[in-house]
Amino acid sequence: MAKVKLAEIAFARSGDKGDRSDLGVFAPAGPHIDEVYAVLEREVTAERVKAHFGDFVRGEVTRYPAPNVHGLKFVMEEALAGGGPRSLRADNLGKALGGAVLRLEIEVPDELLAKLGPRPAPLRDPYATAAWRVD
Amino acid sequence: MIQRPEGAVRIAGGQGFYGDAPGPIADLLTEEPDFVVLEALAELTLAILNKDRARDETLGYTRDLPLYLLQLLPTVLEGKVKVITNAGGINPRAAAQMVAKAAQRFGLSGFTVATVVGDDVLGRPELLPEDFPSAEALAFANAYLGARPVVDALEQGADLVITGRVADAALFLAPLVHEHGWAWDDWDKLASGMLVGHLLECSGQSTGGNNAGRWWEVPEPWRFGFPLADVQPDGTATIFKPEVAGGRVDYDTVRQQLFYEVHDPSAYLTPDVVVDMTTLTLDDRGDDRVVVTGVTGKPATDTYKLVGAVAEGYAAELSLAFAWPDAEAKARAAADIARKRIEVAGLALDDWQVELFGVNALHGPAVDLDEVAGQSEVVLRMAWRCAERDVCEQVARHIVPLGLSAPPPGFAPAGRGRPKSSSLLRIATALVDKRRVDEGVRVSVEKI
Repeated sequence: MAKVKLAEIAFARSGDKGDRSDLGVFAPAGPHIDEVYAVLEREVTAERVKAHFGDFVRGEVTRYPAPNVHGLKFVMEEALAGGGPRSLRADNLGKALGGAVLRLEIEVPDELLAKLGPRPAPLRDPYATAAWRVD
Repeated sequence: MIQRPEGAVRIAGGQGFYGDAPGPIADLLTEEPDFVVLEALAELTLAILNKDRARDETLGYTRDLPLYLLQLLPTVLEGKVKVITNAGGINPRAAAQMVAKAAQRFGLSGFTVATVVGDDVLGRPELLPEDFPSAEALAFANAYLGARPVVDALEQGADLVITGRVADAALFLAPLVHEHGWAWDDWDKLASGMLVGHLLECSGQSTGGNNAGRWWEVPEPWRFGFPLADVQPDGTATIFKPEVAGGRVDYDTVRQQLFYEVHDPSAYLTPDVVVDMTTLTLDDRGDDRVVVTGVTGKPATDTYKLVGAVAEGYAAELSLAFAWPDAEAKARAAADIARKRIEVAGLALDDWQVELFGVNALHGPAVDLDEVAGQSEVVLRMAWRCAERDVCEQVARHIVPLGLSAPPPGFAPAGRGRPKSSSLLRIATALVDKRRVDEGVRVSVEKI
């Protein structure tokens, strides 16, 4: 087992409804998707997500697993400092919270990490050589 | 053009919010959709529109609607596409009048416009639940209607249907019910159609926009294709994008939208059906097409969701940028000094928020501060909430003098001009009896 950030093996999108933030955490498409999803189900629990966000999320965190789409759904109550229109946060809709959950430290089997290889990441200037770029 | 399966209805998501890009409509039309749906209302858009209507009673709809109609009307007039939108906002009839006037000015005629009203319950205070804010306090209060009145409008021959607060996904279900003749208790089919609506309602978010996966690999990201769906009579749906446009439709992009702003995926509550997403299968065909099958549904509830908002004071903010060395320490010091000066000035704040961009402004307690120490630059953002507008605006005057008369050296204002206050709203939600709301729902049809 190795301790790595969730970002090494998953991606996530967040959304909002009132003062609730919701996260979809997914195993990326690929040959090892089932194994990665199994790790997510084991490691990314509601309790750990709640602790991870500290006083950012004041209410309950509920988890809904959906193995049919290799995803975990989290609903976090009282997560946006009063809700979009009232919150003083710059990110009043919690658009960045999907990224924040990826900082969570999880245990992943070494063999799986070896099979997955390094986390795919963009170049520093991703469109530097794109044909459409305006110079 | 992508070939469509036998008997499929082709629908397109042409708008995801008030202020979205109307440009992608032209690309959508190359795929010859039967219906284009323009989804214009986020949770709070009605508050903005209510302010418009208070100032001018011919307003209260999303004012970018004409930009979309300019592109769509020629094809509507050829009888090749119908348009459904909730851009009517708080005043669908005013939107229809705007369309009628514009059509007259340009000499256009030969199409039918329908409006759906009755979602606005502010004028029917007897419908507000007891623990809900009073009608006087509310900036707006609207029930999320379902697909039925839109189906009524289509059955009366409408080419353009303008509604207020109809649930986003229900705008897409309506043409499917109308074309495929689905029964209002055929729960699996209604759920399939509602799910398609959910996948299409946020425009580019299902075609690779806001993609947390390999976003840098999405082709032609400057010319995003908006989503389309071919929906077969049995509810099987193929999600795709215009062949001529950029973007990406695959297992990763579609799943992200599937879960977006949904709570329990096994019971996604909508006005017309309770959708179960945990039974469905997404089949990635590998050519920017994903086929959705196996969606199941349960009977709809007896209630509509009601959303309202009440005023909750004012807010303003000011940002200052600090550079190496010790950028984070300087930013934290400046925030503490500013807070003290505001206190000494006797200005009452209801709330005070300090954020450090470059440190943890966006991720908060999820960030390990040791991991991000020693940044090159940090932007300090201070935001505050006050009951009174003028107090809110005075606060900044006690922060700006820090530039010469406080220890942390060398900061630059991040942003220009003096901070202006904006009014805040608190959202209230409740459930209301469907039957009673429906008594006030009206569909009117006008030939132009």
